[in-house]
Amino acid sequence: MSTATVLKTETEADVSWQTLCIKSDLVAFSGVAAWIETAEGPAQVALFYLPGHETELYAVDHHDPFANANVIARGIVGDLKGQPVVASPIYKQHFRLKDGVCLEDESVQLRTWPVRFEGDQVMIAIEAL
Amino acid sequence: MNISHSDKQQLIVIGNGMVGHHLVEQLVERGATEAYRIIVFGEERHLAYDRVHLSEYFAGRDAESLALCASDYYAEHGIELRLSEAVTGIDRDNGEVVTDKGRYAYDRLVLATGSYPFVPPIPGNDRPNCLVYRTLEDLDAIRAAAEKATTGVVVGGGLLGLEAANALRGLNLDTAVVEFAPRLMPMQVDSEGGELLREKIESLGVQVLTERATQRIEDGGASFHRMVFQDDKVLETDLIVFSAGIRPRDELARECGLEMGERGGVVIDDHCLTSDPAILAVGEVALWNNSIFGLVGPGYQMAKAAAYTLTQGELTFRGADMSTKLKLLGVDVGSIGDAHGDRSPGARMFRYLDQIKQEYRKLVVSSDGKKLLGAMLVGDNSYYDTLMQYYSNGLELPEDPASLILPSTEGAPALGADALPETATICSCHNVTKGDVCASIDAGCTDLGAVKLETKASTGCGGCAALLKSVVDHELESRGVEVDKSICEHFAYTRQELYGIVRVEGIKTFSELIEKHGSSQTQGLGCDICKPAVASILASCFNEPITDASHIPLQDTNDTFMANMQKNGTYSVVPRVPGGEITPDKLIALGEVAKKYQLYTKITGGQRVDLFGAQLHDLPDIWQELIDAGFETGHAYGKATRTVKSCVGSTWCRYGVQDSVGMALHIENRYKGLRSPHKLKFAVSGCTRECAEAQSKDVGVIATENGWNLYVCGNGGMRPRHAELFATDLDDETLIKYIDRFLMFYIRTADRLQRTSVWRENLDGGLDYLKDVIIHDSLGIGEELESQMQEVVDRYECEWANALKDPAKLKRFRSYVNDDRPDPNIIVTEERGQLRPA
Ligand SMILES: Cc1cc2nc3c(=O)[nH]c(=O)nc-3n(C[C@H](O)[C@H](O)[C@H](O)COP(=O)(O)OP(=O)(O)OC[C@H]3O[C@@H](n4cnc5c(N)ncnc54)[C@H](O)[C@@H]3O)c2cc1C
Repeated sequence: MSTATVLKTETEADVSWQTLCIKSDLVAFSGVAAWIETAEGPAQVALFYLPGHETELYAVDHHDPFANANVIARGIVGDLKGQPVVASPIYKQHFRLKDGVCLEDESVQLRTWPVRFEGDQVMIAIEAL
Repeated sequence: MNISHSDKQQLIVIGNGMVGHHLVEQLVERGATEAYRIIVFGEERHLAYDRVHLSEYFAGRDAESLALCASDYYAEHGIELRLSEAVTGIDRDNGEVVTDKGRYAYDRLVLATGSYPFVPPIPGNDRPNCLVYRTLEDLDAIRAAAEKATTGVVVGGGLLGLEAANALRGLNLDTAVVEFAPRLMPMQVDSEGGELLREKIESLGVQVLTERATQRIEDGGASFHRMVFQDDKVLETDLIVFSAGIRPRDELARECGLEMGERGGVVIDDHCLTSDPAILAVGEVALWNNSIFGLVGPGYQMAKAAAYTLTQGELTFRGADMSTKLKLLGVDVGSIGDAHGDRSPGARMFRYLDQIKQEYRKLVVSSDGKKLLGAMLVGDNSYYDTLMQYYSNGLELPEDPASLILPSTEGAPALGADALPETATICSCHNVTKGDVCASIDAGCTDLGAVKLETKASTGCGGCAALLKSVVDHELESRGVEVDKSICEHFAYTRQELYGIVRVEGIKTFSELIEKHGSSQTQGLGCDICKPAVASILASCFNEPITDASHIPLQDTNDTFMANMQKNGTYSVVPRVPGGEITPDKLIALGEVAKKYQLYTKITGGQRVDLFGAQLHDLPDIWQELIDAGFETGHAYGKATRTVKSCVGSTWCRYGVQDSVGMALHIENRYKGLRSPHKLKFAVSGCTRECAEAQSKDVGVIATENGWNLYVCGNGGMRPRHAELFATDLDDETLIKYIDRFLMFYIRTADRLQRTSVWRENLDGGLDYLKDVIIHDSLGIGEELESQMQEVVDRYECEWANALKDPAKLKRFRSYVNDDRPDPNIIVTEERGQLRPA
């Protein structure tokens, strides 16, 4: 079931920061989906925006490995045991936003990407093509 | 008809009563239809019905709802059911039964002819308006006679007599009970108990005359009849119901020479075989070990044993317990084992009498004081369950047995659920043991309602409700389930408590609620349990659009996008079609939208049309077109009012007695947009034929000549539950008032995701309590509930129309924020002329 790919230890040299969208495209305390180009080809990411929280932005795979459908951005955001999570809208598994690990089955992990605001822009770090 | 099939034996069952039907069910369950061709003869014109609840016929239930199975059950299993055809003789030499219509060969034969009410041989007992109380037809006759009567007398003060007296009282007759013995219910209670019972029943306005032997019945002066007693005293009355005991209907058996008991009854052995091994007998016609069992439970056990006998199984009938717990004319009466203590030499007794509270209890214990042999209760049956457990499981009594019947401040000392062995019977109607209850919990039932639906426990007479609850609570607790009733880690409150907080403090957003009342250890984001639950509460209270910025992060994806997500990430769209009534133009518009967006189209069970396969970004365009064509959102995605199904009613149908479509429209338009703990389904039928299947809905309405009957808490689906009759012959206004109150009370008190059926199963006090709250306003909240409902109704707005007006909300309906590409993962294929997921 695992679709996790081990991320290389990041160094600024390995990644490029790309603009994904603008702040007003985001939905507070919820998710939206976007396309990115990665070394392995196009991918869909789910972006979550938690205004006022320690980490305000998260990006994880939009693809739900349990349901095999692109739906993670449409899940409900919450926190379990102190960690921000998203619940799959189809079969309700919880994925930690920080590292993508599934709480119900730790062998399953969504990919994660560093994201940040630059002014009004939402930027994502993608491994250099 | 007289063909015998070479491969199958022919099995004939005479009598389609409660036990005869149970036998058929048992045979089907054991696959006996493979070996036998089965024919069932029933003298009555009705399919087997629930005689135990016969009196509910007067409360508005009809033959169909009292029926013990669906009308096509027999045909479905290849069993021939011949109703209105009495068997008139058995020809054992030729192996045939005889009816007015012909002769039918049998290889095996079962007598399930039940019993008939005994009418004492009193001159005049055959006068008009001298009736009995056993069948639906008897009740029709009583109802008809009561219309012209003002007074009624029941002859016989036993269990059935008091039940009949209650029925007469319900038909607004001045009622009296005449009993030959010195007290009422001589079988169940002793003289002290009988005296109490008399006092209680007289205080209800029913006259009780004991030690009266009727000598003759003749023309009355003021009333239709005059009854003359042994001392020449007289009683005048318009209507007489005889209920002086039952006698087995054993005439067929007697005529064909089977072995009979001295006082009647067909003798059977432990296998339910009569003296002719080709013939079996079960139920009230059968005499086992010199006893007739006049209760349905033992009859069912015989039916099961007979089914085993007929299929070479190893199960025998070894007698049955006649303990009973009853509520007659509102008075509790309980009788366990040897209640009189006259069958157990050396037995010792304890008795407790309270003439103020009118309670009486008696224990019969073994000479060493260790075992309970019997018990008698009048006035308070809360002691019954515990005593019954001591009795039926042979448990050793406590040091001081009297403590079991003495009043204590906490009521009867309950026998801890853990003290019961696994084999202890919890529900005797459905023969459910403590072990069965535990197994259902192990299989995933996590509350009382689920256990009841799974095991059927406490769904018969309901007498074991309190015991079942304590066993379930105890078992859940010992498994570590349920101890914490908090909705989730973010709130140390139940859903009901959160609802109260929101109402009382007028809190209108999730963030305010979690800030003021959330647990301190969390990050305050909530989770997928509490967010939708709070969203639902807020919507039930204030009905603000769910797509408003403060509410949108709380919603499940279906509510977020106001459509139903399917397994491939696409959505289905269901516009509202109130009452299932739709104009041709609207139907065409639906078709055109479906065609344009290539949506798979299917008619739903709720009388509307479901359009599948819409992509997220197409939803706003689809809805703009639907709204332009006059549609509104159908809330198929929400825990909310779904549909009000209806039949055409009096407008078109020859049988309809009210305008069911009109009422369905009224109901649907009133409650559309109402969000609740779970989805709500309604139906309105225009007559008792019930084509709209209202009795499987949360709220069902069935037209009567005089108005509407209201049914509540039904469910179809995985665990079907018949809705219960709640109120009868309501006018339009009262009907809506009750539904308003009912729905708001449910919304106020249910758990999250709890359908009305499960809520009702868990409701302390059951249907009577619900009636008290809704009809009699026992909590004094009736008007408040109505005004809360009115607020929701007044604030209704189609949420799709609302979203389409707001560009900020529409931004949400993009599959991707940085690209217009559709999701490449969604692949479809064609099947039967439509697209479906590949
Ligand atoms: C008002 C009332 C309340 C009751 N309350 C309770 C209660 O609370 N608890 C309890 O345990 N029990 C109760 N009982 C008793 C219970 O109903 C009976 O024990 C049960 O119905 C017996 O089932 P049976 O099949 O043996 O007989 P029945 O249900 O009487 O069925 C026998 C059927 O056979 C048919 N039949 C007879 N002869 C022929 C023939 N020659 N050819 C074709 N058909 C024939 C009859 O018409 C009848 O339909 C109550 C009974 C009544 C009347």
